Amino acid sequence: MQRRDRQLGLLYAAPLTLFLVLSFLAPILLVAGFSTMPAKVFDLAHMPDFSAYGEFLRQGYWKSVAWSLGMALVATLILFVICWPLAYGMAKVFKRFTLVLTIGVVMTLFVSENIRLFGWVLTLMKGGLIEGYMRHWFGTGFDGLLYNVPSIVFGLVYVYLPFMLFPLAQGIAMVPDDARQAAYDLGATRWQILREIELPLAAPGILVGSLLCFVLSAGAIAESKLLGGQAVIVIADEVETAFTYGQNWPLGAALAMVLIAIVGGLAIWGIGRADLDRMIGRKG
Amino acid sequence: MSDTTPILRINALTKTFNEFTALHAIDLKVHDGEFLAIVGPSGSGKTTLIRLLVGMDEPSDGSIWLRDQRIDEMPANKRPTCMVFQSLALFPHMTVGQNIEFPLKLRKVAPEDRKARALELLDLLRLPQDYYSKRIDQCSGGERQRVALARALAFDPEILFFDEPLSALDYRLRKALEKELKDLHARTGKTFIYITHSLEEAMVMSDRIAIMRAGRFEQIAPAEEIYARPVSRFVAEFMGEVNLFPIRAGQAEGVTLSPAAASAFGGATGTLMVRPESLQFLEGEEHAELTFAGRIEAEYMLGSRVQYTVTLEGGQTLIAEVLRENAMPGGPGTPVRLGCAAAACHLIAEA
Repeated sequence: MQRRDRQLGLLYAAPLTLFLVLSFLAPILLVAGFSTMPAKVFDLAHMPDFSAYGEFLRQGYWKSVAWSLGMALVATLILFVICWPLAYGMAKVFKRFTLVLTIGVVMTLFVSENIRLFGWVLTLMKGGLIEGYMRHWFGTGFDGLLYNVPSIVFGLVYVYLPFMLFPLAQGIAMVPDDARQAAYDLGATRWQILREIELPLAAPGILVGSLLCFVLSAGAIAESKLLGGQAVIVIADEVETAFTYGQNWPLGAALAMVLIAIVGGLAIWGIGRADLDRMIGRKG
Repeated sequence: MSDTTPILRINALTKTFNEFTALHAIDLKVHDGEFLAIVGPSGSGKTTLIRLLVGMDEPSDGSIWLRDQRIDEMPANKRPTCMVFQSLALFPHMTVGQNIEFPLKLRKVAPEDRKARALELLDLLRLPQDYYSKRIDQCSGGERQRVALARALAFDPEILFFDEPLSALDYRLRKALEKELKDLHARTGKTFIYITHSLEEAMVMSDRIAIMRAGRFEQIAPAEEIYARPVSRFVAEFMGEVNLFPIRAGQAEGVTLSPAAASAFGGATGTLMVRPESLQFLEGEEHAELTFAGRIEAEYMLGSRVQYTVTLEGGQTLIAEVLRENAMPGGPGTPVRLGCAAAACHLIAEA
């Protein structure tokens, strides 16, 4: 009976599993295939050619990768710092207000990312909401707050806040109240409780939130285009340019593969190193 | 245990939650090295009391003194006391050794000294030394209890509080740990204050028992005294199965008193308490100072003892417990007479 149930389960799960595997693997394989084509030639029967990867090093695309990863790292750190107290409140303090906050944060996702970012452009640009009011009230303006690295990081923080907040709140909810109280009773200060009890026990939530934010930020393009202008070129921008204006699909594919390899490798390394069950002491 | 200087003194301690008063200006003195059990039914205020004592909550009024120092406004992490939680509150991400060393690490004790102390405590709690590097989730329920105790002892508190730490364990383990805890108290000489709803636990372990009811102490005394001379019906009933007979002007309905017993209770009004184990079956025309006549309603085997429910001639129900060798043959329906000495009874003088 059990065996039959298992077989039925596998059978029911097969279509979705197949779909997920194909939709995950097929694009990667396709991009990997394109990345080994000779430049400006579309030939499915070609010999593998890795010249596009050579261009990555020769033409300084690594700088774009560095900018993407650097800004993703900074954004993830900022997100962690600003989301921790909020997530703590949601998990342990706010009670009914948690639902209101959740709805408020989720509702921002109902509006397209580009439209929300354009809203910030109108707010931060020269002659925009902030600079315009400054000029109106104080008679003096400034060049606006756009087109620099901090504005890109701000955009990343703004867009990916829910991806840090909710996993973090889940992680904090897993910290038993009596473990915190016991540490306090044993003489721990608020800071020691955070360091010794809360952070380690909330580690699964921290890890998931940080990975999500880092991976998404590293591949983000809209923030750098809309808020950053040409302040820095991120790797996703380079990929788009190679596929569109450059009409150099092998180069675009190679850049995409490099990004996938770095971010995917980091994610696998992070998850592999972190034994989530052991972190929270649930391994039997 | 010193009879003179209390280590803990509570004066008129009150705690209110909005309109509800959980503790009504209670007083208590606990002596150095004493094992005090605070017992009461759910909602009696014992958890509120322990939260105030350890500093997890602030009193609405009154004061708490540790020796000569007032501590009710001192935060929990500054008090020289600590608590073993009901859930034990072990840190699941730490090993047994790290859990035990936690309070020492907070005090910046050198790692090698911390480890030496943790190993000592493992010995004291009869846990093998190799448990030092075991994870908490690899320990059984009883082992976790011992780790929680070891961690609390590593803190070296002036008073160690317990919030029903054995309540989640199975019967056999609980019985074994009760004895171990009593033994540990004797070996460490620390002051233990133990909150429980189990009277049995309190009687096995403690020097004194404080019975709580609706935010007040009903009686504070050694177990034998509370058992034999309860001050109220509530305490008498809380301390186990009991027979209670209203007594008016020296006469109790359903009980025949000998002239000696009648003069002993001379004109008293209150409640006469007779413990089931004080009763014995009477033979023939034999009389006791207190005599009860009726029929056996039910008979229950309790191992070494047999318990009887007897319906008395006046309609009252009497519970009697005798050793198995003194059991009454015949079973339900058998007419019986039971008796006990006046000295084995207790008169609860209450309105």
